[in-house]
Parts: sequence; structure tokens; C-alpha cells
Amino acid sequence: MAAEQSEKKPTSWLRFSSPRNFYPLAGKMIPWFMGLAIVLVLAGLYMTFFVVPPDYQQGNSYRIMYIHVPAAWMSMLIYLLMAFYAGLYFVLNVKLADMMAGSLAITGAIFTFIALWTGAMWGKPTWGTWWVWDARLTSELLLLFLYLGYISLRAAIDDPNRAAKASGLLALVGVVNVPIIYFSVKWWNTLHQGASITTNKTSMATEMFITLMIMVFAFWMYTIAVVLMRVRNEIIERERDTNWLVEELGKEK
Amino acid sequence: MFSVINLMVRRDILLAMRRPQDVMTSLFFFIIVVSLFPLGVSPEMEILRTIGPGVIWVAALLATMLSLGRLFSADHQDGTLEQMILSPQPLALMVLSKCVAHWLLTGIPLVILTPLLGLLLGLAGDEIQTLTLTLLLGTPVLILIGSIGAALTLGVRGGGVLLSLLILPLFVPVLIFGTGAVSSMNAGMGVEAHFSLLGAFLVLSLLLTPWASAAALKISME
Repeated sequence: MAAEQSEKKPTSWLRFSSPRNFYPLAGKMIPWFMGLAIVLVLAGLYMTFFVVPPDYQQGNSYRIMYIHVPAAWMSMLIYLLMAFYAGLYFVLNVKLADMMAGSLAITGAIFTFIALWTGAMWGKPTWGTWWVWDARLTSELLLLFLYLGYISLRAAIDDPNRAAKASGLLALVGVVNVPIIYFSVKWWNTLHQGASITTNKTSMATEMFITLMIMVFAFWMYTIAVVLMRVRNEIIERERDTNWLVEELGKEK
Repeated sequence: MFSVINLMVRRDILLAMRRPQDVMTSLFFFIIVVSLFPLGVSPEMEILRTIGPGVIWVAALLATMLSLGRLFSADHQDGTLEQMILSPQPLALMVLSKCVAHWLLTGIPLVILTPLLGLLLGLAGDEIQTLTLTLLLGTPVLILIGSIGAALTLGVRGGGVLLSLLILPLFVPVLIFGTGAVSSMNAGMGVEAHFSLLGAFLVLSLLLTPWASAAALKISME
């Protein structure tokens, strides 16, 4: 056992790519990230409702931006991250990378949905309509479809190895297509309708910027915590026949 | 290399000719979907003319997507696909040949029917011409992109619906520039940009998708 441990040392950065080593590590990390997420969300929401002043044009309705903007950013970032892990899976052939990709997809889809939903709630009082076929809205909607396709493909294939490879390939195809889709939609939008609403580029007040950043970090922490939880569940499901997991779960009780 | 393509394309066309109803179904689907729009939206020729290019494009896109389920399934069922993977010829080349054959069988008939359906929707002569050319450039892209989805969903339960979920978002750029050409022409802005972009999509997908589909086929056949 001791010899085995010392052999692993040189490749220490790959050490946690094994579910056996990753599972307890993730367990230790989750409370920290979750705690940070809760503290930051509470702080951010307090700033949102009580500290930042109302917008001189949009009044109070703009406050939903502190949820909407981080959610929209995260939705796009998570797709890239997911494709990165899918690529990592093909290069290193470690199951954990695939589990990360699969777990990220669900959080990404949820954030995409939240971004669309809060965007609609902001659009009604500001633009007077729930939805416009604006380039950004349309590409966000298509991003949601890409996530849903990825999640459905994973869910439809029972064999975890095949599911990992097939969905990984789809994520890579998707990430190649994302810029093409984005620029096509942008071009389509400028061709079809001249009267699309443009957000005016006024500089943001410092406290608004700080609030936004707090919320962004809160969303990051939440994503990390939730993804780690989901990966742990996935490990339990896949490794349920192994001895180390039984021991590990026994320790937790 | 060309002898392989030639052989594969001929084989697929011969097989399809023995069972022509498979090819006809997606054609009839195309015609029926287009003729539902006057019933569903309005028989007003002015409205139909405005939405016409989009309707024909979306119908062609759906017809192509429905036909994609057949791209590999027959070869998968009778074991030919395994032999193809085992053969010394590169699998990507065979995928490409299958896509070419599929386009000749389902893409070209759609393009040929387009002027007729354009007349039904009251499109003018030059509009029909542009629309037909965009479909000529666009349908092979749809088939090439779709082949990835078809390969990934091979033998997966609920494959047909899943296939549409996977590839329809990827069809969006082709649809945008396909229909965009007609409206751009009507706005007096010229169509070269749209045709160039569709051509670029075609070249890119010819280069990249056969490899992706071949990889997907290998994953599905493991």
C-alpha cells in the first residue's frame, strides 16, 4: 500500500482524476463552496435591493439584471467548460472528465433557462414585450437547445462508456458550431429588422459594478458546489460495487 | 479513392431504386408540409409570397432531417456497417460517399420540386431562381451535418426525435442564409454574400463532418 502511494506522487495532478481520490476531496470542498455561495448570494441580494440606487431610466425593474447577467454569463462559460472537459475526456481518457462535463451541462441548461426567464421579466416593463427576436435572445435560446440535445443524448444511451463518447463528440461539434450560430444569428438580426433594441452603453456606477461582481462570484461558487455534488452522486452510482466506496460511505455516517 | 466513392454511391443508389418508396415518402412530406401553410396561415397571395421562401426552406429542412434516420440504419441492421468499419478503406470516405448518394436521392429531388412549390406560394421568377440555388447549396450541408447526428443516434432508443433535437440547432446558420438570400435580393442588396457563405458552409462541412461522423459511427458500433 505504501509503495503504491509513493508511486502515485510524480503524477500528482492526475491523482484526483481517479474517482477514488476525487470522491473524498470533493466531499471536503463542497461545504466551503456552498457556504461561500450562500454568503455571497445573501450579500449580493442585500446590495441589489437596499444599496444600489434605482436606474434613472428603468427605475427599479433593472434590479433583476443582478440575476440575469451572471446567469447569462455562466450559461455561455459553462458550455465552453463542458466542451473542454469533453475534450479532456478524449485526450486523457479519464471517466471523471466525462462526469464533470455531464454534471456541468445540467447546471448550464438551468442557467440558460434562468437567463431567458429573467430576461423576459425584464423585457416586459422595459421594452413592453416578453420576447423579441433579438440576436442575443435568439442565440441564448439556441444555446438552451444545444444543452437539451446534449443532455437528452446522454440520457438516451444506457452504456456509460458509449454515452460519454457520444455526448463528448456532440459537445465538441457543438462548440465548433457555437460561434457560427452566434454570428449567423447576429447577421440575420441586422438584416431583418432595423428596429432592434440596443442597450445604451452608459458607464456603470461603482456600487452597481461591485454588486454585479458579487453575484457573479456567488454563481461561480454555486456552480462549483453543485457540480461537485452531482459528480459525487455519479461516482456513487457507477462505483457502487467497489469496496472503497462502501468504506467511504461508512466513514460518512 | 474515387473508385471507392463511385462504388459506394452506385451501391446506395441501386439499393434505393429497389425500394423507391423510402425516397418518395420524404418528398411527399415536403410537398404536404408546404401545402399546409396556405391552409394554416392564409390563402392571401401577398402573405404567402412573404413567408414562401422561409416555408419552403423549413419544409426542406424537416424533410431532410426525417430522411436522415435512414442514412445508416439499413446498413446497421444487416451488418454491412460493421464490414465497412473493418474494411481497409477510410471510414470517413465511405461516410462521405453515403452522404453524396443520400443527397442525390433526397436532396436533388427537393431542389427540383422547389420551383413548383414556389409557384404555389406565388413567388416571382427571380425569387424562385435564388431560392432553388440556395437549396442546391444548402441541402448537402444539411445532410453532412445531419450525418453526425444520425451516426450518434444509431440504435439508440427514441433515435428519431433525439436526432432532431441534436441537429436542428446546428441547421440554423444554413437556414438563415438560405432564406436570407431571397429577402436580401428583394431588398436590392444582392445575393453574393449569402451564396458565398453557403458555399463556405459546404466546403467546411465537406472537410470536417465525414471525420466526425466516422468517429461517431465507431462509437456507436463499439
